[in-house]
Amino acid sequence: MDWIAIFQNTLRGFFGEQAIYFALAAIGLNVHFGYTGLLNFGQALFMAAGAYGLAITVVTFGGSFWLGVFMGIVVFPIVMALILGVPTLRLRADYLAIVTIAAAEIFRLFVRSPRWDWLTGSSDGLGQYADRFYEFSPFNPRVRYGIGPLNFLGNQFWVVIVGWVVVAIAVFLVYLLMRSPWGRVLRAIREDEDAARSLGKNAYWFKMQALILGGVIGAAGGMMRAIGTQSAQPDNFITDVTFLAWVALILGGAARVFGPVIGSMILWGVLSFTDTFLREMVAEEIIPNSLMEGPQVGQVRFMLIGIALLLLAAFRPQGMFGNRDEMALDDR
Amino acid sequence: MLFFLPVSPVAAQDDETTLSGTIRSRGTGADGADEFFEGVKLTVTDASGAVVDEVATDANGEWVVVLPDGGDFIVELDESTLPDGATLREGAEARREIAANVGRKNSVLYPIGDLASAAAEGVSLIQLGVDGIKLGLIIGMTAIGLSLIFGTTGLVNFAHGEMVTYGAMIAFLLNVTGIFGFQMTLILATILTVLLSALTGGLYNEFVWKRLRNRGSSLISMLVVSIGFSIFFRYSLLFLFGGRGLPYREYQLQTVVDFGLFTLAPKDIVIIVISLVTLVGVATLLRMTRVGKAMRAVADNKDLAESSGIDVEGVIRYVWVAGSALAGFGGVLFALTEDVSWEMGFRILLLMFAGVTLGGLGTAYGALLGSVLVGLFIQYSTLVVPSDMKNVGALAVLILILLFRPQGLLGKAERVG
Repeated sequence: MDWIAIFQNTLRGFFGEQAIYFALAAIGLNVHFGYTGLLNFGQALFMAAGAYGLAITVVTFGGSFWLGVFMGIVVFPIVMALILGVPTLRLRADYLAIVTIAAAEIFRLFVRSPRWDWLTGSSDGLGQYADRFYEFSPFNPRVRYGIGPLNFLGNQFWVVIVGWVVVAIAVFLVYLLMRSPWGRVLRAIREDEDAARSLGKNAYWFKMQALILGGVIGAAGGMMRAIGTQSAQPDNFITDVTFLAWVALILGGAARVFGPVIGSMILWGVLSFTDTFLREMVAEEIIPNSLMEGPQVGQVRFMLIGIALLLLAAFRPQGMFGNRDEMALDDR
Repeated sequence: MLFFLPVSPVAAQDDETTLSGTIRSRGTGADGADEFFEGVKLTVTDASGAVVDEVATDANGEWVVVLPDGGDFIVELDESTLPDGATLREGAEARREIAANVGRKNSVLYPIGDLASAAAEGVSLIQLGVDGIKLGLIIGMTAIGLSLIFGTTGLVNFAHGEMVTYGAMIAFLLNVTGIFGFQMTLILATILTVLLSALTGGLYNEFVWKRLRNRGSSLISMLVVSIGFSIFFRYSLLFLFGGRGLPYREYQLQTVVDFGLFTLAPKDIVIIVISLVTLVGVATLLRMTRVGKAMRAVADNKDLAESSGIDVEGVIRYVWVAGSALAGFGGVLFALTEDVSWEMGFRILLLMFAGVTLGGLGTAYGALLGSVLVGLFIQYSTLVVPSDMKNVGALAVLILILLFRPQGLLGKAERVG
């Protein structure tokens, strides 16, 4: 057993790229669910909006990288939030859950279809749109940087540095907004929508604004992912991606500013550990091949995610660091 | 700054720079599954023209080349090694220039085969209608449970699709694997499957959902619990059965019967008749029997039903048992038309939501009506959209119906939020 590799991969899971992408997605969900009570099960849609907003602008229409960033984190997610929000925000929460999960699948099937190959690259997706991002990198792509065992190749390291800065900005933004009068209205709507409405607040419009804000942050996560991998592919945005973001949110605790960030780091630390650990066990045949083969490790990962999600929701709905009085799944 | 000091490379398996891809033809395999091509040769050369590696695809159509470094590479697919009849899609080139990113998995995809839609194949309107009704009846059979569970307990059960897959898989175990030491006929296997699904549904309610209700868990935590179950079951099934479509032993290749205006395989006729009989039976039971009336009463107004002396927990138990049995049965019928696969239930779940929302969430008859309409809509939409996008229309209907008639066709109007 290569314990050093296991330790190293776990450490990278905690601080690496995946933890960043899902921290942003979960911060967005926290605005939706934690602060406003919106059940969004289509966060993959907003992530895809960020990725494809950038990729389509740059690759298909030859726009500049900065225009792509603008399209990806402003225009695309706002349009999607309006499409989702108009029919559902007046309805009960579970309708939003069904519609968002369906909308995320619609978008994925759309960009996957060969009919729109010229626009979206169909199942191959689009690639090589973020060269401009790496031009700013002060790091040599062939050298590893970091502290001791926690290290990344130059380009990856650049993504990680920029990514954590974006996460910090998003956290700070959410912190400020939720202390403001605007944030207090959102919480009031979460606690009792009728009461908020009777005080003259336009609950529908506030919910729409929250949907947009959370969508924009989620899109930033999707875009960081698209920049980090230099490819936007439809199958990177399957429904399970949304569920991963939910696990990160509930693990850390909803309605906590740092909840989703900590949740995402723990999630990816644990997943990287079990992945590498199981792979080693299979490779060394400590787990016999008749029981499990290499490619099945990824499936075990999702089985664990499912169990984690259902146990958390059933027994610890406030998450690891959440405050039960402030917000728990159980509140409503 | 210590932080930016380069450190020596340490062994880490996820840092390799690779080129990889899968050579497959979408939807040309048995019953619309993807076909994977083995032994297709590819050559990778670097910018100077030196050959880096030559590979052939494995049984899953996959190939991987480990590169010495990032940079520009040329991948060339040897078209003569493609199987007979398969060609690259028009406009796709066999020779590709790829800028490989260091330390990444860079994928190269080759689209194979032509795009097809129903319109191009000249399928008649009546044929599409018959296919749509078949699909709609299967969706309806699986959706009754979803709708009644929502109606009686308020739970939006995201794991209901896995009950469908469960039924299909149990029938596969009995029919093909032969877990009881012999391979049963599919008819016997189906009967046992329905009984086992009913039993499983009852136990599932008893040991999971009833306890959660008694603990006073909120509807939203229960919804999230059901998503957890859905993910867990789905990937467990993938782990146990693999990702390929699995056909049953019987009724695979059948000569279609020509009815003049449309053609149907004998198994499809049987599917339509059986599901019609089942659904009419269910509707009659709901209308005529005491338990059926109690179910509708609880779905309509739980508190009123309880105070009139109806045993609500008992009714909920019946709903879980019957709903699971119908879902398992629907799963077998669904798998007869397009093989058993690990995510078939999740695919049909979204169609169930569309049907149930269209008909009216929580109603039994609405679930039926909505599902048949969704089935018809899916098939007719192939006239205008490519067949790989046919489900998109059904999901779009879901959003439109919420915009204009959120209570659904047969639901009662109420202020909801």
